[in-house]
Amino acid sequence: MRRDPNDLDRYTASERVTHWIVGISFILAGLSGLALFHPAFWPFTMLFGSSTWTRILHPWFGVVMAVAFLLMMLQFWKLNTMGKVDWQWLGRIGEMVSGDDQNMPEQGKYNGGQKLLFWLLVLGTVLLLVSGIALWRAWFHFPVEQVRWAAVVHAATAAVMIGLIMLHVYASIWVRSTIRAMWYGTVTRAWARQHHRAWYRQVTGIDK
Amino acid sequence: MVWQSLDIRRRSATTTPMPQARESTEVAKLIDISQCIGCKACQVACMEWNDLRQEVGYCVGVYDNPPDLTAKAWTVMRFTELENDGRLEWLIRKDGCMHCQDPGCLKACPAPGAIVQYANGIVEFHQEHCIGCGYCLTGCPFNIPRLSDQDHKAYKCSLCSDRVAVGQVPACIKTCPTGALHFGSKEDMKEHAEQRIADLKSRGFANAGLYDPPGVEGTHVMYVLQHADHPEWYAGLPHDPAISPLVEVWKGWTKPLAIGVMAAGVLASLIHYVMKGPNEISKETEKEVENETRPE
Ligand code: HEM
Ligand code: SF4
Ligand code: SF4
Repeated sequence: MRRDPNDLDRYTASERVTHWIVGISFILAGLSGLALFHPAFWPFTMLFGSSTWTRILHPWFGVVMAVAFLLMMLQFWKLNTMGKVDWQWLGRIGEMVSGDDQNMPEQGKYNGGQKLLFWLLVLGTVLLLVSGIALWRAWFHFPVEQVRWAAVVHAATAAVMIGLIMLHVYASIWVRSTIRAMWYGTVTRAWARQHHRAWYRQVTGIDK
Repeated sequence: MVWQSLDIRRRSATTTPMPQARESTEVAKLIDISQCIGCKACQVACMEWNDLRQEVGYCVGVYDNPPDLTAKAWTVMRFTELENDGRLEWLIRKDGCMHCQDPGCLKACPAPGAIVQYANGIVEFHQEHCIGCGYCLTGCPFNIPRLSDQDHKAYKCSLCSDRVAVGQVPACIKTCPTGALHFGSKEDMKEHAEQRIADLKSRGFANAGLYDPPGVEGTHVMYVLQHADHPEWYAGLPHDPAISPLVEVWKGWTKPLAIGVMAAGVLASLIHYVMKGPNEISKETEKEVENETRPE
């Protein structure tokens, strides 16, 4: 939705839907997985009907998340190839964190941090999918030594992924007017100019 | 089922201490392989007492029958034909849960109370709390628990904890016709094993010995082996069984650490937001954009 004729299109409806499927299935997989991760999170089993239902449902949430995310990856990977300027941006990430990002290198549609996050999430999803299948005793039978490796990889990757997603969510809350990109699909010109100047110039044709 | 006389000493997925007040004698089953004739009476007794009927299968060309442990076959005899120094030896090992003092199954289990260890050393699965994840299969160094295809719960030998609780010996012990199976306090069983080992040594089995592996802090099912230096000859009995280091990493201090780091991340975000304030679009940018988009 355009609230203002000057708003810029950032995401198509299908991109937004895929993203929300990924997000919701990740939260469901994360909560059901954490329930089995440590007894401190055992009460999360109550969200899914019962503890046995939690065990049954978790891998399906995971598969939905992985498939939807890998589809999303096909939509977005070209926009996330890392260049020199991205590494420069990452080298000066301290300025961003301190809220003083005016002088940082100009960013395209995505900044270096977003791109790095993207590739870490791709790697994490592949690791979770492969190790998750090895752990899935209802359907698969792998040698026990491989299952032990899978358990370590799955639990460690899940913990890192949950951390990365919390960072992703926080960044979208902290940088104001970002979340609307996932509701309306559009952003304001001022937002684009401040945070993604190169993209702003590319889509508006304003060369300044 | 929990019997008052069987205090729970350890409980899966539980981080606080279990009752400790009552002292309890540690029990053990002693399997004297040198006296076993492979009659499988113990398998039958186990089925009877526990009311389990493994589906009748097929002969796979060896005496092992059923060929493997299942959710309904908690003990099976494993037959090995060994050629040693030009002599044929028939090694027959009664396989089943070892009732480890440090049980890998219990350490791995994510469901509170699905696996318990009683103060007398018996490790038992409580299927009503089991969620069927199979982590116990991953944690066990002896390849013992089995997930049922019927109900997706895990099963294994209970050492007849219900019988032991009321002062009876396990069903297999009761039925063994040769005296290969013994049950009593762990101390008594060790003593009895010593006599048997001395006897075997006097008969030329120089390496006879007791299998009570220290890697799992000892077991509550022990074997007298004619060749204690080669436990692997007995259908792959592990040499130095211990909970896999991978399971220790997976279930060890890494988890509280990961939770701590995640919690610190949440807290750090909140503090960051409060200290730096939201990252708003500057008035300056807004003004510049207005100038740029003003109709010519
Ligand atoms: C990609 C597809 C996935 C598959 C096939 C999968 C499968 C599994 C399986 C089979 C288990 C064992 C428990 C059970 O049987 O339910 C498990 C545990 C777990 N999963 Fe997944 N999963 C996937 C994705 C995810 C995702 C996206 C997360 C969220 C971050 C996640 C987090 C966890 C956690 C934390 C555990 C508990 C690990 C532990 O006990 O230490 N999984 N997963
Ligand atoms: S042998 Fe396996 S199932 Fe039995 S107590 Fe030890 S770890 Fe648990
Ligand atoms: S299958 Fe049952 S007993 Fe085994 S680890 Fe999972 S919940 Fe525990």
